[in-house]
Amino acid sequence: MPQVADEPRIRLTGITRTFEVGGTEVRALVNVDEEIRSGEHVAIMGPSGSGKSTLLNVLGCLDKPTSGSYFLDGREVGSLESAELTQVRRHKIGFVFQFFHLIPRLSAVENVELPMLFAGVPKKERRERASTALAAVGLADRVTHLPEQLSGGERQRTALARATILEPSILLADEPTGNLDSSSGRVVLDILDRLNDEGLTLLVVTHDPKVAHRADRVIVLVDGKVVKRVPGDRVVEVMALLAEEEPEALEPGEPGEPGEGTKTGE
Amino acid sequence: MAAKLSPGDLLRFSTTSLRGHGLRTGLSLLGVVIGVMAVVILTALGDGARTYVVDQFASLGTNLLIVLPGKTETSGSMGMGGVPNDLTLEDAQTVERSILEVSRVAPVVMGTEELAYGERRRQLAVVGTTRKYAEARDLKIARGDFLPAGDMFRGSSVVVLGAQAAREIFDEADPVGEIVRVGGWRMRVIGVMATQGTKLGINFDDIAIIPITTGMQMLNRTSLFRMVIQVQAYADIDSAKDKVIALIEERHEEEDFTVLTQDSMMSTFASILDTLTLVVAAIAAISLTVAGIGIMNVMLVSVSERTREIGLLKAVGASSGQILTAFLTEAVFISASGGLLGLALGWTAVKILVVFFPALPASPPTWAVTAALGLSIAVGGIFGLLPARRATQLDPVAALGQR
Repeated sequence: MPQVADEPRIRLTGITRTFEVGGTEVRALVNVDEEIRSGEHVAIMGPSGSGKSTLLNVLGCLDKPTSGSYFLDGREVGSLESAELTQVRRHKIGFVFQFFHLIPRLSAVENVELPMLFAGVPKKERRERASTALAAVGLADRVTHLPEQLSGGERQRTALARATILEPSILLADEPTGNLDSSSGRVVLDILDRLNDEGLTLLVVTHDPKVAHRADRVIVLVDGKVVKRVPGDRVVEVMALLAEEEPEALEPGEPGEPGEGTKTGE
Repeated sequence: MAAKLSPGDLLRFSTTSLRGHGLRTGLSLLGVVIGVMAVVILTALGDGARTYVVDQFASLGTNLLIVLPGKTETSGSMGMGGVPNDLTLEDAQTVERSILEVSRVAPVVMGTEELAYGERRRQLAVVGTTRKYAEARDLKIARGDFLPAGDMFRGSSVVVLGAQAAREIFDEADPVGEIVRVGGWRMRVIGVMATQGTKLGINFDDIAIIPITTGMQMLNRTSLFRMVIQVQAYADIDSAKDKVIALIEERHEEEDFTVLTQDSMMSTFASILDTLTLVVAAIAAISLTVAGIGIMNVMLVSVSERTREIGLLKAVGASSGQILTAFLTEAVFISASGGLLGLALGWTAVKILVVFFPALPASPPTWAVTAALGLSIAVGGIFGLLPARRATQLDPVAALGQR
């Protein structure tokens, strides 16, 4: 759908998401207003349980807000039928996860083919496009490998190829380097930067200031509320804020789960 | 623009999930295999038994009426009527003479007596009847002749032996013309029958056939055991039956006898065996249902194991319908392959059985094969539905939250 000139890619107004947990109401997002421009690179930071992942799920149309409106390219997502939501997820949004979520019994290229499979792309074209996409992330020689035969970094690059294979306009990444050693992480971040340079709107949930530093803008969530917005190069200010909220989570440069970088992607 | 998964892609994707779970898949497949095999083999046996019985009746000729003394509609008892009148030779003669459609009537008495020749003795079935019995029952003579034609009231001391009886008493010697004792009566052997085999429980090879009047005296009977009536044409069998009933009823002044047609006996047996086949098919179908529950169990385990995968599929743009279809395909794939395998094994088992028991023309009926295959596929669909629906209803967020 053609974009209205001034319309942001994403506009959130008064987004609130509450969960029932054991009879008590937990407020994961509270009255979030946010606008994200097309091609913008945004990092979302905050202590554990601050609502970062919930926000990402709402943005990815995997979860629906309890109240508030989410406009994607000017269309209110809440008003879409489930079939239209599937189309939105399929063609507008790509997901990358901390634990890769590759299907272990499928080879790298078969994993990359998955979105095309459900989009009805013919087999031959699927294989060609998936192979090309894997080559573009430096995995030309890993096409037929199973996830368990790939390193953590290679798995995440496979997941990246899968997330972008249908050329979405938005990529949502949840701790994309959280499970990787720093050099593998750097390769993944470079690919993300390159995609962003090509016009992809990029939202990255992270604990890592080095990841956030690459963003145009950093949004900080605490208890489901946006408490701070700063440019990426001023991430230091965010770290000071977060140090008060969650000091133990801010060891510099620490991967989310140390030592997990080469475990299976299941 | 609802994207479609092509059937080939769907099948390929659905069956990849079976790759890592050979044993589990194999066991639930086995349930279906056994179920379908049971349906195929049991219905083949039932149908074979039915064909066997029908063939037996057909080999006796279909244009026969059989009259029995006594009315057999009230579980054997005579009710108010008391002792039935004897079915007599006169009855037989009247039927033969008065009813146009009747070509011949053979009166029959039966008993067991001793056949003796010199030192050799043998207990066997003795049938008293007339020459017409051989014609009605299509009995073949190997040596000599059958009972002489002529007046059924004139008894004579002659006997026709069955093939086996003759062999046991005379070895390879020709018995025709020899004098034997049947139940103490001196009788001249006038013929030996060709090998006939067993028909409806009577072994025609181990038998002595004597004239009806002689038989009634020897066995001390006043009533016939049977009256075998051959009708000119099969088309006349019903009208002939009505006339026979009317005629004998007039003579006895009550209906104290029973008239059976080969058809009615045949259809009674056939319907009993049809019911039996249905019952065993139903029992086999229960085993298929149990197999279906096995598939459901495996699929439920599969869904809960693949929670993350299902969440991921939603995230990469699979619709609920596509996920439902993929899981259903997986279940139907298991049950349909089990069905085909069961069919092949069951068919082979029946073929082997027929080799060892050639008398039983066992062959699975088409309806049973179709139903077993259809049911096995339906079982996958029906019992796969619950797990598949559960898969589509998974919350992708919760699903992806797991490691």
